[in-house]
Amino acid sequence: MAEYQNIFTQIQVRGPIYPGIPVQTGSWNRLGKGGYFYWLGKIGDAQLGPIYLGFTGVASLMFGFAAFEIIGLNMWASVNWDPVQFIRQLPWLALEPPPPSAGLCMICPLNEGGWWQIAGLFLTTSILLWWVRTYRRARALGMGTHVAWAFAAAIWLYLVLGFIRPLLMGSWGEAVPFGIFPHLDWTAAFSIRYGNLFYNPFHMLSIAFLYGSTLLFAMHGATILAVSRFGGEREIEQIVDRGTAAERAALFWRWTMGFNATVESIHRWAWWFAVLCPLCGGIGILLTGTVVDNWFLWGVKHGIAPSYPAMFPHVTDPSQLTGGHP
Amino acid sequence: MSFGTFGSRMALAILSVMALVIVVGTFQHPPVDILQRGYRGTGMAQVYNPAHLAALQTSNQLPASTPQTPASGQTAGQSFQNVQVLKDVDSTEFMRLMTDITTWVAPDQGCSYCHAEGEPLSSDKLYTKVVARRMLQMTMHVNGDWHSHVADTGVTCYTCHRGHPVPTNIWFKNPGPPTSANNDGDRTDQNWPIAANGRTSLPFDPFTPFLDQANDVRVVSTTALPEGDRHSIKQTEWTYSLMVSMSEALGVNCTYCHSSRSFTDWQQSTPARVTAYYGIRMVRDLNTDFLDPLASQFPHDRLGPLGDGPKINCSTCHQGVYKPLFGASLLKDYPELAGAALAPTAGQPAPNVTR
Repeated sequence: MAEYQNIFTQIQVRGPIYPGIPVQTGSWNRLGKGGYFYWLGKIGDAQLGPIYLGFTGVASLMFGFAAFEIIGLNMWASVNWDPVQFIRQLPWLALEPPPPSAGLCMICPLNEGGWWQIAGLFLTTSILLWWVRTYRRARALGMGTHVAWAFAAAIWLYLVLGFIRPLLMGSWGEAVPFGIFPHLDWTAAFSIRYGNLFYNPFHMLSIAFLYGSTLLFAMHGATILAVSRFGGEREIEQIVDRGTAAERAALFWRWTMGFNATVESIHRWAWWFAVLCPLCGGIGILLTGTVVDNWFLWGVKHGIAPSYPAMFPHVTDPSQLTGGHP
Repeated sequence: MSFGTFGSRMALAILSVMALVIVVGTFQHPPVDILQRGYRGTGMAQVYNPAHLAALQTSNQLPASTPQTPASGQTAGQSFQNVQVLKDVDSTEFMRLMTDITTWVAPDQGCSYCHAEGEPLSSDKLYTKVVARRMLQMTMHVNGDWHSHVADTGVTCYTCHRGHPVPTNIWFKNPGPPTSANNDGDRTDQNWPIAANGRTSLPFDPFTPFLDQANDVRVVSTTALPEGDRHSIKQTEWTYSLMVSMSEALGVNCTYCHSSRSFTDWQQSTPARVTAYYGIRMVRDLNTDFLDPLASQFPHDRLGPLGDGPKINCSTCHQGVYKPLFGASLLKDYPELAGAALAPTAGQPAPNVTR
């Protein structure tokens, strides 16, 4: 069992292909018979498929593909259909939202944000259909819908950035472009325009949950890997009898920091930290420009932005000087 | 751990080569010096690469000035014809300046770069002479009226020209890269990595709106709560691009002027930001009053793709250094360029300054 301490799974156990229980409802069925793939087995289960797409899955992929094509073709058009420049400049290319001057145009001209609207509508449809799918597949297996609600938290942030906040601001131009570097530069410009997002308490919470998530993930992953030599990763045995692996894992943390999560609660910790990251982030974005216009000044007003000793000669805004020579 | 199969060995080899290309191709060779300037914890630090700095110091030396000789007692206006700008300068000093201007601006081409061969020296036949005359006026205007930016260091022809008839760092209005027939996939003036925007996806011509036109650089709200400030994120990207170009032109970080806690707050800014504020206005003044009107003088091949004349920005003088030529003054050897006669008295605003 020491194999699990390697980066990759060293031994692949292969039984007969198992497609899962029969599909209970509906006219759609699983696609494919499934097969074994050595390289997949290195990082997970070596069995690939069968997959259940269903109506929502197929529709989601179609809308997603349409959005992907609209974005990609607009990017390609922007380099005058030059395939080499398309590859070279790809990280810089974007499909931009309508200009701020267009406000909340219902149907913008295609080349002035219209394509962005269509791509956004299709991508949103695709994502929402995929959400329905995660919900329904979980129900079909008799599971809880935790995955769907975690996904919903991410969708909330996505919708705030690209739809809800621009709507409240009265301008699609406030929304994020589709593009690799352009959306990053947008993020930096967003923070600058609204006086430094680091002073936004919901941004602070979001970062805390983001970093907290990585910490929890590292702690949990390390703990389970560390007790895999006692069978700690084998859930069947753990359900029947917690045994020495779970005992050791719990003891390790109790000895180390006095407190230990349980086998169940650690997953609740992880779920909430992960979900609260985009949930708080979305609230923070939604408040920016709508309720607060300059987070640094807001921070000063509410005593969360300290002042530091002056290290430079006093500086005043030259545009406020009167009578002086510029 | 063994890398058993041929496939995994190949994969590792390819990944290693890719990693090597990224590290060697995009990283700076250490060491990098970090100079803390502000209060601890505020990130007010400047990052310097000693190797780059040494190269810049080598390439930013002042040229030797020709020694001054005793005055002749005659002004250039008395000794020569068609002297319009420097007519009150002693003719000996005038000749000394003409010699050194040749070294600064056209060392390979010589006098005939401006003075047409076979014509009297007074001839204005060549456009280069007409431009040079206006540039002399501009230099004196900078030294006399823009003390707020150039201080006592001042500028000379050499500050920009550095031995090149056309300064290395000039700019034209940028029409952008080739577009498709009906501009499908409009780039909206950004998302094209060039030197002007620091190879970001920010707007690729930050100079026209701010250094030729007088658009508002300030985009950050001045009130904690919304009180009608409608500056957009897109506008912010234009300002951001201008700031990136300034940072590149001066070889400094944002924190040379700003505290990143609040880019807009003057109380937390360094005095360099005031100098830069006047720098933006000075460049705008020079572009609109000196460079733009000269466009009609230039031959077609000296104009930009949109037919506009060459213009200046921060990098024209600074050339990657926080102070041009590391603050060494060549002007002190050429007092006739100081433009003292034009120096304003206190309380008199400079002309053509847009705040």
